[in-house]
Amino acid sequence: MTDDAVDYDSDVEAAIRESRPALITYITAGDPTLEDTKAYVEALDRGGSDLIELGLPFSEPIAEGPTIQAAINRALEAGTTPRGFFELVDELETDAPLLVMTYYNLILQYGSEPDVRPFVERAAEAGLSGIIVPDLPAEEADPLREACDDYGLDLVFIIAPTTEGERLETIMSQVSGFAYVQARLGTTGARANVSTATHDSLARLSGYDVPKAVGFGVSKGDHAAEIVEAGADGVIVGSALVDIIASSDDPADAVAELEATATELKRGARRGATDDTEDDTNAEDAPEPEQP
Amino acid sequence: MSTGERERDESGSGRTGTFGDYGGQYVPEALMPALQELEDAYERFVLENEDGFMDEFRERMHDFGGRPTPLQRADRLSERYDREIYLKREDLVHGGAHKLNNALGQVLLAKYMGKERIIAETGAGQHGTATAMAAAHLDMPCEIYMGRTDVNRQRPNVYRMRMNGAEVNPVDAGSATLKEAINETMRDWATTVERTHYVIGSVVGPHPFPKMVRDFQSVIGEEIREQVREMAGRLPDSVVACAGGGSNTMGTFHAFVPDCADPRFADDSSGRRPRDDSVNLYAVEAGGSSLEVDEEAGLAPNSATLSTGTDGVLHGAMTKLLQSGDGQIVESHSVSAGLDYAGVGPELSHLVETGRVTPVSVDDDDALNGFHRLSRLEGIIPALESSHALGYLERAAGTAADAASGDGPRDERHDELGELVVVNVSGRGDKDLETVLEETEKRDLEAAPDVEVFDR
Ligand SMILES: Cc1ncc(COP(=O)(O)O)c(C=O)c1O
Repeated sequence: MTDDAVDYDSDVEAAIRESRPALITYITAGDPTLEDTKAYVEALDRGGSDLIELGLPFSEPIAEGPTIQAAINRALEAGTTPRGFFELVDELETDAPLLVMTYYNLILQYGSEPDVRPFVERAAEAGLSGIIVPDLPAEEADPLREACDDYGLDLVFIIAPTTEGERLETIMSQVSGFAYVQARLGTTGARANVSTATHDSLARLSGYDVPKAVGFGVSKGDHAAEIVEAGADGVIVGSALVDIIASSDDPADAVAELEATATELKRGARRGATDDTEDDTNAEDAPEPEQP
Repeated sequence: MSTGERERDESGSGRTGTFGDYGGQYVPEALMPALQELEDAYERFVLENEDGFMDEFRERMHDFGGRPTPLQRADRLSERYDREIYLKREDLVHGGAHKLNNALGQVLLAKYMGKERIIAETGAGQHGTATAMAAAHLDMPCEIYMGRTDVNRQRPNVYRMRMNGAEVNPVDAGSATLKEAINETMRDWATTVERTHYVIGSVVGPHPFPKMVRDFQSVIGEEIREQVREMAGRLPDSVVACAGGGSNTMGTFHAFVPDCADPRFADDSSGRRPRDDSVNLYAVEAGGSSLEVDEEAGLAPNSATLSTGTDGVLHGAMTKLLQSGDGQIVESHSVSAGLDYAGVGPELSHLVETGRVTPVSVDDDDALNGFHRLSRLEGIIPALESSHALGYLERAAGTAADAASGDGPRDERHDELGELVVVNVSGRGDKDLETVLEETEKRDLEAAPDVEVFDR
């Protein structure tokens, strides 16, 4: 963290703190086209997402499991580029703040020579509130963090089940927006149950007063409830939503189902916060989770 | 650095695990503690020989691996090019390639670290084979990821891996070659990192892999130094090695990097001085069918990363890459599976950027000619990867007959190559016979025998 870091109001942190428990949704931009993505994002927004992550597809998505990897391939085949992505974001008007999730090389290459600034500048201009980079650990993040500070964007860091001790402290002291708690080792992908690693991670983080959201494997309302009950301020759902897009023949069906699923997930998260069981009825409506 | 004492850049940039602008650790957070653990183990066991690690490694490389390998004077090549040509015979290492130097080192290190399982990626299959052999030798379970295209063109090695008890997992994504195999191995590692060691097969990936793999491979250049002094009484004018990821390249070059008139490359600790008579270092890349990139198709019909690539981040390191203007990695191509990769080691990128290493390339045809020429003239069937280095010899030196007839060398670097040249024969070509027959039939190659007689 630079000493001269600019103080700015974090839309991301505010969105989570105000809506606690928060629902954070992810889809891949350009899957199957950027036009469809616009309708899908609006559906997730109507469904009660408190933050929306948009994946900007990179050809080597080493942190993704099969579901999002396939979505990224569809988006790249449809000709999705960083420029097209930003044009989509220019057009979007959502209640939920938007974050971009992408890999470091795309950020570096946005300008005429390798440099993170042109990307961050364009992201700020398009109205994005933050950036998540799964292949950029805190050790390599100084240049991007400085640029994000200058343009008032959050740079979200991932806390893995293996992040402990001194590294955990260092990263937590630099958290901006929220701490993205990776629920289990491995890649993204919907799972049938909540990992015990989630509970351990949340317990390890309980002493830090920063918003914590759990992702990697969350697919239904019951998971959301369990995770919030374990102490998370938010849940992050990606592959389960990408599955809906991949399996719908008609974009209109996908729009309806995305909105309904977001609503259901948000309800599940609330249930975890109040420990109120009256809302239980919809728990089984969630899509079939993909087995790891 | 935010996380305690970390090793400094070898070229003084102040960042950790870097070579000038290149290198670093660009990996998912889940892997960072494992990289720290590995860095720690590398420093203790490899650099400081704790618990006699390096002694055991050297002993096993001798008894199991067959080191040292010969430096052989190639009589007929010397005659052809009218200068002294020496071949470093890494094809004689157990398994048939230099890859065992690194695989045995890393599997042994994993054992010292208390890891329970080995995973690796492979392109030509030579690294997979070496890893499977080392794992069997040291009694560790082993899984290998290999692109489907490479499974199909390197079948003998797939069998060998299976024979040695390894699981082979074909990868279908993209062009199904080395790049995709690395992605898939990283995914496995991110899931099982606590008990698994990922044996990266070249001087690529996040720190400390590029340095550690180079150190395990640097035995090649150290032996050459000693052997060439004994045989020729002096250091070579040029050293030539093929470059895919660059592990045989760095292994061959490392001991010669200080032998340079430029004081930046002087290595005081070795007691060597910058010399006026530098040893020239040539990294020979796969020129494939053309050096042009088809951005629209996301395809480079070559894998000449050092010659044509641009700076970016792939597979954990900042290095030179074959990429589109947007930063998407493009598919590479080479007739040789082991060179077919869109990235290259960060240290090589640095040495090229600073002018110490000269990147050159030869195309598929020249490599195939190099393959046939060495087979016919010297009785050594080289790997298609190594054939690129041999192909370059022909291009740069021309033949003595050409020179006599006034046609001269085919490359302006004739004089730079000098009178005494060492070429690293990184591996043997048994694995490539199917590909060579198939590709030779399609072409009119000057050095090829009549392949039609083969009953296929
Ligand atoms: C015989 C041989 N030489 C060279 C290579 C290229 O790798 P590197 O550039 O790391 O030496 C390979 C890769 O499989 C190989 O099998």
